[in-house]
Amino acid sequence: MPGGYAGKFLDIDLTKEKVEDITFDDETLEAYFGGRGLAAKILWDRIGRRWRKIDGLDPENVFLALTGPMTAIYPGARIMCSGKSPLSNGTVGSTASTEFASELKMAGYDGVIVTGKAEKPVYILVTDEGGEIRDASHLWGKVGEETIKLLNREVTEELAKRKPNVGLWKEPGIIYIGPAGENLVRNAAVMTKICHACGYGGYGAVMGSKNLKAVVAKGRGKIPAVDAPESVKLLLKKTHEHLIGRTTMRRWGTGYAGYAMGADTSSEPIRNWQEEWHDEKSMGGPMFENRFWVKKKWADFGCTTNCMKISCIKSGRWKGDITDMPDYELEAYCGTNLGIFDPGENIHMSALIDNLGHSGINGPNTMGFAAELYQRGILTEKDFGFKPSWGDAEAMTKLAWLIAERKKIGRVLGEGTYRAALKIAKKKGMKPEELLKYAVHVKGIEIGAHGTRSDADYTHDISYAASVQGGDHTSVAVDGFTEMSAAVFTDSAVFCNFCFFGVPQELVFDFAKAVTGFPITQESWRRVTGPRIVTLQRALLLLGGPDVTWEPVGDDDNPPRFYEPLPSGPYKGSKTDEALVKQKRKTYFETLGWDEKGIPTKETLKKLGLSDVDPLMRKFRK
Amino acid sequence: MSKPIWIARDYAACSGCKRCEIACSLHHEGWMWPEASRVRIFMPFPGCEVPHLCAQCNDYPCVASCPVQALSTDADTKAVLVDREKCISCGKCIKACPGQVPILHPGDEKATICDLCDGDPECVKVCKEAGYNALMLVEEGPSVHRRLFSRNPIEVAKDLAVLFFGEKGEEVI
Amino acid sequence: MSKPIWIARDYAACSGCKRCEIACSMHHEGWMWPEASRVRVFMPFPGCEVPHLCAQCNDYPCVDSCPVGALSTSADTKAVLVDREKCTGCGVCIRACPGSVPFLHPGDDKVTICDLCDGDPECVKVCKEAGYNALMLVNEEPNVHRRLFSRNPIEVAKDLAVLFFGEKGEEVI
Repeated sequence: MPGGYAGKFLDIDLTKEKVEDITFDDETLEAYFGGRGLAAKILWDRIGRRWRKIDGLDPENVFLALTGPMTAIYPGARIMCSGKSPLSNGTVGSTASTEFASELKMAGYDGVIVTGKAEKPVYILVTDEGGEIRDASHLWGKVGEETIKLLNREVTEELAKRKPNVGLWKEPGIIYIGPAGENLVRNAAVMTKICHACGYGGYGAVMGSKNLKAVVAKGRGKIPAVDAPESVKLLLKKTHEHLIGRTTMRRWGTGYAGYAMGADTSSEPIRNWQEEWHDEKSMGGPMFENRFWVKKKWADFGCTTNCMKISCIKSGRWKGDITDMPDYELEAYCGTNLGIFDPGENIHMSALIDNLGHSGINGPNTMGFAAELYQRGILTEKDFGFKPSWGDAEAMTKLAWLIAERKKIGRVLGEGTYRAALKIAKKKGMKPEELLKYAVHVKGIEIGAHGTRSDADYTHDISYAASVQGGDHTSVAVDGFTEMSAAVFTDSAVFCNFCFFGVPQELVFDFAKAVTGFPITQESWRRVTGPRIVTLQRALLLLGGPDVTWEPVGDDDNPPRFYEPLPSGPYKGSKTDEALVKQKRKTYFETLGWDEKGIPTKETLKKLGLSDVDPLMRKFRK
Repeated sequence: MSKPIWIARDYAACSGCKRCEIACSLHHEGWMWPEASRVRIFMPFPGCEVPHLCAQCNDYPCVASCPVQALSTDADTKAVLVDREKCISCGKCIKACPGQVPILHPGDEKATICDLCDGDPECVKVCKEAGYNALMLVEEGPSVHRRLFSRNPIEVAKDLAVLFFGEKGEEVI
Repeated sequence: MSKPIWIARDYAACSGCKRCEIACSMHHEGWMWPEASRVRVFMPFPGCEVPHLCAQCNDYPCVDSCPVGALSTSADTKAVLVDREKCTGCGVCIRACPGSVPFLHPGDDKVTICDLCDGDPECVKVCKEAGYNALMLVNEEPNVHRRLFSRNPIEVAKDLAVLFFGEKGEEVI
């Protein structure tokens, strides 16, 4: 067994109520590593040949919650959730920081794989004794905070009953869904720790479609052994020195950016991306800190970045709402994108959207889309039952609930922005393009809060357009080479990317080698492992699903809005450069060994050990 | 620092990073083993993290309770010491402790209690390095206050919840 | 610390001791003179202490506003510098400043603004020494965030009041 791995995976069929321990051979682990990479491999092996026919919400879809060999050893333990995405019909490796990941490994498992559908709501409990399926009827319908409270109590009581006398049992680690996931809102998140989320891909809906409310883990075993423990200890010390040196990040997290992305880089979504520049000082970091940050240094397992803070609204209409600072994405999406520029209202919306189990990015993207349709008279007050006016926190609160509960127009909006656009167009007798021009997504995955029109942020021309994960801002397409050793790596090693930035990549890859014993280098990830994972993801994305497939090249593009000139601010008139998109997309495909349509070539598939994928790619090459 | 020492706690400052669990188990067990750590972080609700560790009560109820005299105290550091050969894993010391701090080791089930790392606690070092200072080394002999810190961590967390969240805090744990 | 530098603020951590006022005036005036200190701690309600000092806004509205060109910026530290010979005590820079930070010296009525002690601020030293770290030295270029810190201290204190006191906080200032 290579270092870092606990050694086995839980394989659960909810339809048959079967629970099994399985393993993967060393070659597979070395080739795909863990997390995002291993998930793509498992999905290809199990349902790849029937991919096109399976919808993300079908029982046949596979839900995966995987760690990687570096999880809970490298700072910032995370879990990776994946499956066939109900949005893109491809796969996303969506991660969240949580003790669920460290507890899973302590219980002796590297991951949980779930197929089928339970007859009634259940949760999965993983302990040192193995995995079990437990009744969750009493938890169904509960928001995030309630779910955590009830499961913490229930599971510690149960474990204390089974093994008393060993001392106090600590709370377990939990990943869970809220009402949004339960009601199959297509872009719903898998939540953890009230405000951390596996937000991209819609895996909350996948869990919901299986009647799976939560996966809970509590282990008492060691963190798995590593290949070179003395090296790992030394590298860990060095890594922490780097992380602790990042004073600005530790002080503010990403919440500082709520003002900077507006005032400086002009790349913040405002009212469904109709604008991207603002100079509202109310959204500045200190405005949140001084009034709302009750805990200023909040960290996850093994982390010294502590970019997280805890916010609480202490007075007024939304008194008692609790969330993180909010991080930049929710500052933008639960704030400026809804026309909200008040920190308290922003915090309230973040807390609500997290509690409902919406994705904090994707959910309010659809809300913003809906609010713009109302603004333009395409949808009316009757569709909602209220006026979803920009900046109206009461109305936006109702809208978040409407979608989570799939009521009125919320039924259609719960399909995600892209499908909602198509359905509303059909319903109103309009052409799809007329609605799609307001839909800010790529490949069905709503875009993160970093615009490309100003070109002043880190996102540019092909960042989303060429990415196998669509609008996912955490894993953008750079040049078919560089990003392989960044997001593709951290999503597969599974640890927090904020514990990755600021640490020399050489150190990180030495760490990876010292943990696993695999001959890993930055170069091997950029040339082989990363491309292998991304090429497999590309193949699955191309296969599509029963309701939606993507046109190669045609859909490897930005949404129409990103080609509209910015209407205001220092970058007024600026828009995404189409010529640059064409050019860089071509180079991106070439670098990864795909043809001019972005179809992986036979040679590339062979080189990467993916020859069995080739037969399904032939039809795309014609 | 010259002995005797004590680890002072600033619960509200605990970030929940659990590096203390990692450092303690690295030192005592040779590898990362959070559930064998002598300091354990409880988090019954996110934001309410409580480091739970021996407070060295001045009357040492755990030592008094042991039926086979497996527990004693260190003359220098004043820490509780466990003779693992003698320990019969009866769990009486856990029940005697006002805060139920000791655990039975997840490996060999022997009583496991903070020994203050013989005067130079690892947990304090990592907590200080990261700037949290939730665990701080102070020069202090055992006193009547100690038993105030041997408290069920869920009760401590409930207090923190109200401090942080106001009335809402009464509901979350 | 190599330049450019900035004094980061953690308002909630301010203890209200005013040693920064004492240290600053000691350094610039030769003796303790809190109302001549370039950092002034406002306390509109006990518990809500706010250190008020120049934030070195990246567009330096004060420098632009001076009718006699008495204000300039240091190439190294990026601090605002006052030519006391040229200054006429007109107060236009105080009005131009988003947070009304500058003030007329209680001795000679010349405008007085933090000069970052030429790279080694005294206020930061005493705040760090006492472990408050409400004022911290960081390496940072002037940027768009600076103007967020040039804010009326009463408004900052009102935010702190709600953070600390909940709804009661809306009433106390």
